Amino acid sequence: MDAYGLLLLILFIALVVGLTPLVGGYMARLFEGQPLLLSRLLGPVERGLYRLAGVDPGREQHWSAYAGAFLIFHLAGVLLLYGLQRLQGFLPLNPADMAAVPSDLAFNTAVSFVTNTNWQNYGGESSMSYLVQMVGFTVQNFLSSAAGIAAAAAVIRGFARRESGTVGNFYVDLVRITLYLLLPICFVGALLLVWLGVPQNFDAYTEATTLEGVRQIIAQGPVASQMMIKHLGTNGGGFFNANAAHPFENPSALVNLIHMVCIFLLGAGLTNTFGRMVKDQRQGWALLAAMGLLFIAGAFISIWAEAQGNPALTQLGLQNMGNMEGKEARFGIVASALFAAITTATSCGAVIAMHDSFTPLGGLIPLINMSLGEVVIGGVGSGLYGMIVFVLIALFIAGLMVGRTPEYLGKKIEAREMKLAVIAILATPIAVLGAGAVAMILPIAQASIAAPGPHGLSEVLYAFLSAGNNNGSAFGGLSGNTPFFNTAMALSMLIGRFAFVIPVLAIAGAMAAKKSAPPSAGTFPTHGMLFIGILVGVVLVVGGLTYFPVLALGPIVEHLALSSGTLF
Amino acid sequence: MTVHRPKSRALFDSAILVQAAKESVLKLDPRLLARNPVMFTTAVVAVLSTLLSVRDAVEGTAFSGVMVQVSAWLWITVLFANFAEAVAEGRGKAQAASLRRSKTEAKAHKIDSIEATKATAIPASQLKAGDLVACAADDVIPGDGDVVAGIAMVDESAITGESAPVIRESGGDRSAVTGGTRVVSDRIVVRITANPGETFLDRMIALVEGAKRQKTPNEIALNILLVGMTLIFLIVVATLPAFASWSGAVIPVVFLTALFVTLIPTTIGGLLSAIGIAGMDRLVKFNVIAKSGRSVEAAGDIDVLLLDKTGTITWGARQASEFLPAPGVGERELAQAAFLASLADETPEGKSIVALAANHFGFKAPKGADIGIIPFTAQTRMSGVDLEGSQIRKGAWDAIQAYVAERAGSTLGGAPRELVSLVEKVAKSGGTPLVVARDGRHLGVVHLKDIVKPGIRERFATLRAMGIRTVMITGDNPLTAAAIAAEAGVDDFLAEATPEKKLELIRQYQSGGRLVAMCGDGSNDAPALAQADVGVAMNTGTQAAREAGNMVDLESDPTKLIEIVMIGKQMLISRGALTTFSIANDVAKYFAIIPALFLTAYPQLQALNIMHLASPQSAILSAIIFNALIIVALIPLALKGVAYRPVGAEALLRRNLLVYGLGGLAMPFAGIKLVDLAVNFLGLV
Repeated sequence: MDAYGLLLLILFIALVVGLTPLVGGYMARLFEGQPLLLSRLLGPVERGLYRLAGVDPGREQHWSAYAGAFLIFHLAGVLLLYGLQRLQGFLPLNPADMAAVPSDLAFNTAVSFVTNTNWQNYGGESSMSYLVQMVGFTVQNFLSSAAGIAAAAAVIRGFARRESGTVGNFYVDLVRITLYLLLPICFVGALLLVWLGVPQNFDAYTEATTLEGVRQIIAQGPVASQMMIKHLGTNGGGFFNANAAHPFENPSALVNLIHMVCIFLLGAGLTNTFGRMVKDQRQGWALLAAMGLLFIAGAFISIWAEAQGNPALTQLGLQNMGNMEGKEARFGIVASALFAAITTATSCGAVIAMHDSFTPLGGLIPLINMSLGEVVIGGVGSGLYGMIVFVLIALFIAGLMVGRTPEYLGKKIEAREMKLAVIAILATPIAVLGAGAVAMILPIAQASIAAPGPHGLSEVLYAFLSAGNNNGSAFGGLSGNTPFFNTAMALSMLIGRFAFVIPVLAIAGAMAAKKSAPPSAGTFPTHGMLFIGILVGVVLVVGGLTYFPVLALGPIVEHLALSSGTLF
Repeated sequence: MTVHRPKSRALFDSAILVQAAKESVLKLDPRLLARNPVMFTTAVVAVLSTLLSVRDAVEGTAFSGVMVQVSAWLWITVLFANFAEAVAEGRGKAQAASLRRSKTEAKAHKIDSIEATKATAIPASQLKAGDLVACAADDVIPGDGDVVAGIAMVDESAITGESAPVIRESGGDRSAVTGGTRVVSDRIVVRITANPGETFLDRMIALVEGAKRQKTPNEIALNILLVGMTLIFLIVVATLPAFASWSGAVIPVVFLTALFVTLIPTTIGGLLSAIGIAGMDRLVKFNVIAKSGRSVEAAGDIDVLLLDKTGTITWGARQASEFLPAPGVGERELAQAAFLASLADETPEGKSIVALAANHFGFKAPKGADIGIIPFTAQTRMSGVDLEGSQIRKGAWDAIQAYVAERAGSTLGGAPRELVSLVEKVAKSGGTPLVVARDGRHLGVVHLKDIVKPGIRERFATLRAMGIRTVMITGDNPLTAAAIAAEAGVDDFLAEATPEKKLELIRQYQSGGRLVAMCGDGSNDAPALAQADVGVAMNTGTQAAREAGNMVDLESDPTKLIEIVMIGKQMLISRGALTTFSIANDVAKYFAIIPALFLTAYPQLQALNIMHLASPQSAILSAIIFNALIIVALIPLALKGVAYRPVGAEALLRRNLLVYGLGGLAMPFAGIKLVDLAVNFLGLV
């Protein structure tokens, strides 16, 4: 890694770490229902929304009611988004006269946006009206993020409370998070982006004649408003098909840095919120440190591998400038590799380069980041509660070795919690390996795979890892817009989101009901280096043991073959 | 104060091993296997793989020799796990058999009422709760019960191993008797309190035999995790052929089954129940009966330990600790007077004065001297001697004061001020001042105090290192209690304790989320014993206390709670360590099997064969053989338990992670390589 790469990485980490306690503290006050700076301004809106929806903000929910509300809300979102796409031809704000989206694609896209995956089997500028983009996608970008953060808030309360029957009110959390957290940041952020050159308009596409005399259609639209939430909410669904590689989405190095920091901002901040609410900020920093170690290791390897370039080119006697294939020249190798690590460590999925064209090792890192279950910062909310499931498993195994019933923050981890944690960690392998295996053997699915051999396997594995972990980034190469992939990936996204979050909310309920034992010399402290090490180890071992065989058949064998001069 | 040592027995006894080998085959019964999900899965896979290899052998497919061997090793894996459990049970049974001997032949003399003299003889096994039985000298007490009439010496050596007979009498705190013990003298009437099959002896036998063993909460939780891991690996292995088919690789099913079985946590799955049984067995060796495994496990979680002062922390009787002479009197003179005054005193206090004086100054009892013994009376509240015309008296401060005043013929208050302050000093330190006077003259004060048992301070320090807070319970006033608490090194104390205050204290700790252990013997301890998370009743205590507690210490030693806590912790640590080891092992197994599975499709994967195993067949066979052998190799560890050291949690964890985590990661690389060398040397592939 050269000095520029190191500097960019350090600057990025410093910004994230510096902002974490600020954002974390703000969210802690938000979750605890305390008055905030904007309360005076937005308070009437908040109360009006409760009255409109018939929600009693003072009434908290049992975890099961919370989970029920979470499910119903998502179901409504899917139906609404599906309807919008199918009917866009009859609806306003459709200057480009887009026709109805086919049913399988509409289903995939609806599930994708509602589950905070934002996998895109469509090209935005060629198939979706402005109305769908704004009322559908942008709204879901907010709501799916807010729902994820709400679930995390419930989980945090589970650990912060003692002998409590409730974990909060889903609707209140949803409203407060959207109103006081996401909207204000996005409002200010979007203005900043507009100032930095990101378009925000409702104009029809501009027709231009290039210097070569070729007619070109320049797509545009309300881009800036979608950019902020796309990254802040780890959504990743681009306005344009080229996603953040598009100059209108990502016009400069500064905007690129803002995008990257936004992707980590809330996920990192939530660790601090967790620490604050359990009355020990060190607990939050320990989680962030574990996530950080995994992230930095991945980023280093990815940047290094891309800088090495393709040995086959070197053998041909060509000057090896590193692997520039599939990268935007404006960003170059370091920023592209770093962005790839960031977007897959979190479940964002925005891309500024084609991961398909990375070197095998460079492409392995995004795969590994996702196979670890999106807990390296992860999706907003889901990253934190995903990591907490790993904490419970790590503490259960390691905690037994100190000779006590394992406990986290004074709460005992018993059979019920273990059962729920196991259900949760089973969800993603089923969603990824189960669906992926079907895709590998069904002829209708095989037709979509562009590359033969291990690289083709990587394409499919990447797609399902992305769907099952609600990431949404694409490897490329795979023609995903087929009835099979649209349906299979939608199912994979649904399992990955709900089969994980429901047991996790149940854990929150179980934990909230427990007493909390004060720590003693016999309890294992969960804020030290040893804990961080164990947590990192367990995340790697669980992810590694689950995906090693498949990765061996994909990128690992590809890498080994590349070293010996074979390409796929 | 001694650290308890269990009755020793060789880890392996050949009779037990032979029996266990038979048992391990009998335990292939699917109904028994179903209790252990991991092993049940392994057995199912073994059946499947056997059928397939028979088919392949008949058809003469390639590698069929290896497949037959893999199937055989799958069966051996199950057998080894059964063997581990059977050995643990066998050791328990050996223990139970000796207990049972005392149980079989007892005859009961059933009577209709306490006054009745006519008894009907019935077998002890037919007694029910509420029956009255008469036990005369040399009778074996036929069942657990309470003495309702009479007093007798009882030999409890069959249960406790303690040879000196103990007194059992009706009423009070020494009324409980245990079935199987023998009356040595006199006659008692016992009301039976346990139905057949529910006596302590029965419970003890059931626990060590393991037959009716219920899984403890942590064991259940761990089992869930193991099932979860098994399911994950099932998904991994079941989807692998589909992914491999994209590259045209075909994986023989038997190889897949080998991969699956080596990945699932067979090591801990095979040893889990052995660890539990062995833990109970260890407890019984310490002469403690637990009513359930759950309470033993809870003992490992204890945060607070309540201990009675008397008999646990101190010896019980007050002892002389120093001589504090009055002004103008030598220490030797005071000691000599106290020595002489106590020569005839048979109380523990008196004896301790004699011993202290003799130790310090080498006094000997005067022979042939004219000694008039003045015994203690309730009126004078003094005792002493008249020796060669001189009067020596010792007693409480006010009694001696009155005596001196009377002798001097003056009014009260003639005592020197320094003496008064000595008396106050002793009282303030929690001791009892005993004043000595000779011929109407104050000589000084003997400091009597509760002597803290030697070594107890260190044991409390150990507990503190384990994260356990010790609380001393005493009926003393707060001043005395504070002094003794400081000396013994307990973390806290409850003075002027009443049963209500004890109960209140336990509840208070529990509401703060702490787990509390206590031991007690009297009837008034029963509510507190029942409220405590771990209540250890003394076997000498009342039946009410024994029923209320969830453990009974047959040796009635309250400090044994420390050992119980250690055993509880050891059980948990052993499970955690072997789970970690089991999971860590999987890494090496991947490196052995993955390159072997895909070698034909992707020769490049040979780079992952970092152990340089000779061939794909030998790699797979070696992994499965290692996987089976490691179970047997770890049986001694499962039975003995992983060593527990009372250091902080972090240090303990670091050490165990190093040994079982990193060890578990590295060891199979060497192990599989060695097996591979052996497999190739023997030409098995």
